[in-house]
Amino acid sequence: MRVGSTINVAFRALRRNKLRSVLTALGIIIGVAAVIAMVGIGNGAKAQVEAQIASLGQNVILVFSGSTTSSGIRTGWGSAGTLKVEDAEAIRREVSGVVAVSEEVRSPTQVAAGNQNWLTQVLGESADYLDIRQWQLADGASFTPQDVRSANKVCVIGRTTATQVFGNDDPVGQVLRVKNVPFVVTGVLTPKGLSALGSDQDDVVIMPYTSAMKRIIGGTTLRNINVQVGDARQLPAAQQQIISLLRQRHNIRAGRDDDFTVRGQQEIADMATAQSKTMTVLLGAIAGVSLIVGGIGIMNIMLVSVTERTREIGVRLAVGAHGRDILTQFLIEAVALSSVGGIIGIAFGVGASRVLSVYENWPTLISLSSIVVSFLFSAAVGIFFGFYPARKAAALDPIEALRYE
Amino acid sequence: MNNGAVVKLVDVHKTYRTGEMEVRAVRGVSLEIVRGEFVALMGASGSGKSTLMNILGCLDRPTAGQYFLDAADVSKLDRDQLADIRNSKIGFVFQNFNLLPRTSARENVELPLLYGPQRLTNPELRAKADAVLASVGLSGREEHYPSQLSGGQQQRVAIARALINGPEVILADEPTGNLDSHTSIEIMGTFQQLNERGITVVMVTHEPEIAAYAKRNVVMRDGQVLSDSVVAGRRNAADEVKTDGAGSNGVVK
Ligand SMILES: Nc1ncnc2c1ncn2[C@@H]1O[C@H](COP(=O)(O)OP(=O)(O)OP(=O)(O)O)[C@@H](O)[C@H]1O
Ligand SMILES: [Mg+2]
Repeated sequence: MRVGSTINVAFRALRRNKLRSVLTALGIIIGVAAVIAMVGIGNGAKAQVEAQIASLGQNVILVFSGSTTSSGIRTGWGSAGTLKVEDAEAIRREVSGVVAVSEEVRSPTQVAAGNQNWLTQVLGESADYLDIRQWQLADGASFTPQDVRSANKVCVIGRTTATQVFGNDDPVGQVLRVKNVPFVVTGVLTPKGLSALGSDQDDVVIMPYTSAMKRIIGGTTLRNINVQVGDARQLPAAQQQIISLLRQRHNIRAGRDDDFTVRGQQEIADMATAQSKTMTVLLGAIAGVSLIVGGIGIMNIMLVSVTERTREIGVRLAVGAHGRDILTQFLIEAVALSSVGGIIGIAFGVGASRVLSVYENWPTLISLSSIVVSFLFSAAVGIFFGFYPARKAAALDPIEALRYE
Repeated sequence: MNNGAVVKLVDVHKTYRTGEMEVRAVRGVSLEIVRGEFVALMGASGSGKSTLMNILGCLDRPTAGQYFLDAADVSKLDRDQLADIRNSKIGFVFQNFNLLPRTSARENVELPLLYGPQRLTNPELRAKADAVLASVGLSGREEHYPSQLSGGQQQRVAIARALINGPEVILADEPTGNLDSHTSIEIMGTFQQLNERGITVVMVTHEPEIAAYAKRNVVMRDGQVLSDSVVAGRRNAADEVKTDGAGSNGVVK
């Protein structure tokens, strides 16, 4: 009936107690800012993981040395050397739908050129590796299948390694000493950025796996085998074939565990996104708790305020306010506090995420939905936590309220 | 205009029950107050004056009996209907002023308008409030907070608030209880001039000197009317203030 005046009344009351209004809203401001920032961080991480998974390449199956326990916990993939070069060749030969295979070994290794030293990751791969990962060269050329067969001392390097070792010079054609073995750099890769685990994918030297095994890392087993099939529909069948092929080759009797682990790209993606989803939910939950604490703050202040303003309520009732006018006034006060707090909190949350992504390089992703949801939620917090005090105020008896000391 | 009774009480009772205890605060009061009267309600402490005033002011309902305000029976109205009556027909003045703290005189006076049937804009509210404040001699104090006003000025803000909706009756429960004698006379001057304009005033007081400003004195004892008499030798506050040589603050224009 007279919501207009009641809004007027509510805002007059809020203005009368500026400090208290600000302090009350502070709880909501912090809560909403936390929600926005946390969910932003979580979503940013998730988006980054998804991008990285996509950058693994299409229709890829990864076969690792070593197994997982029954509980699914990894016991260091690739650590127990069970995969042989011949296994990779068998997969290439016998599994249907396979279009590319890359035998992989890797080891952190010291590299040098001129007087520059650098500790980087050396990857031994087949000539198909860059195709599988859809990784383009920025400059020069890749090594060839011939280089792989002959274990030639050639390599391509990532952007980070190039800058660290060669500075501004063009690395193509130059000599890179890997563990003091001279390799010729045939190409420089385009940058790929951080991996899902946060390591720099461009800090890398990629060479024929034959060269890596023979001259740098030693050993006769592979860390893993990257297998690419032509069509996503062939993935499940290919995965099954790889498993039975490897079990047969490794003489694993029925009922025993595999001594290798096969992962489809989708599974890896699912695992990684599940992890970041868990993180988002966790962060969101923590932030949500702070929002609820903010709401309880509102309820607390409103309850105190109802007691403190008992006489005011008495006067209002005496001059003709209905119980419903008092109820709406206190509800509007609560909702105004919480939603203004929500808006300020959104601004702070977005600001905090910006700061984190600009100065700390954290990927953050603020979605419109998280802004809308936290605004609505903060308004709802106001209604929910404001209702009880408001109803208490509305139910006061005018005579008793006027007599209240 | 109806020149009959503005207020008519017929055998009104009010009994408070607190657990096993029963307090019969008002025990059968019948009273008629016609338009334009100025009644002082007297009696010992606990005699039921405030209880009766609360009933007259529609803040409370009698446990028995009937109350006609402006010829309408209000003893059976519900909470919201009573609130509307308070808003449109009754103006309250309290012993402790009951102004909203940290709220300007103007906003205090506007308060009853906010709960009235009319929807007014802020400038309209302001114009009305300022006019009533001026009529009780408070122009220039519109922006003052209660804490920046003297007791007498605060009470006049409260009177302006009581007047803003053009009530039938002004009800004042010990309006001079917190004021010194000079300020009390000023407030009585204000009431007398309102009364001359035709507004009915009912006021509770302990002091016979204050009751002498009214036209009629009703004395209560133990919840009943003990005596009801016309005031002989009525005092005139305006004359006293003039001869006193004090400022004519309480003038009603
Ligand atoms: N809410 C209540 N509950 C119980 N008893 C009450 C209540 N209000 C008043 N009384 C009792 O009713 C009687 C009349 O009280 P009331 O306040 O009307 O007296 P009064 O004439 O105004 O006194 P005073 O001059 O001291 O203000 C008293 O005995 C009082 O204790
Ligand atoms: Mg009393």
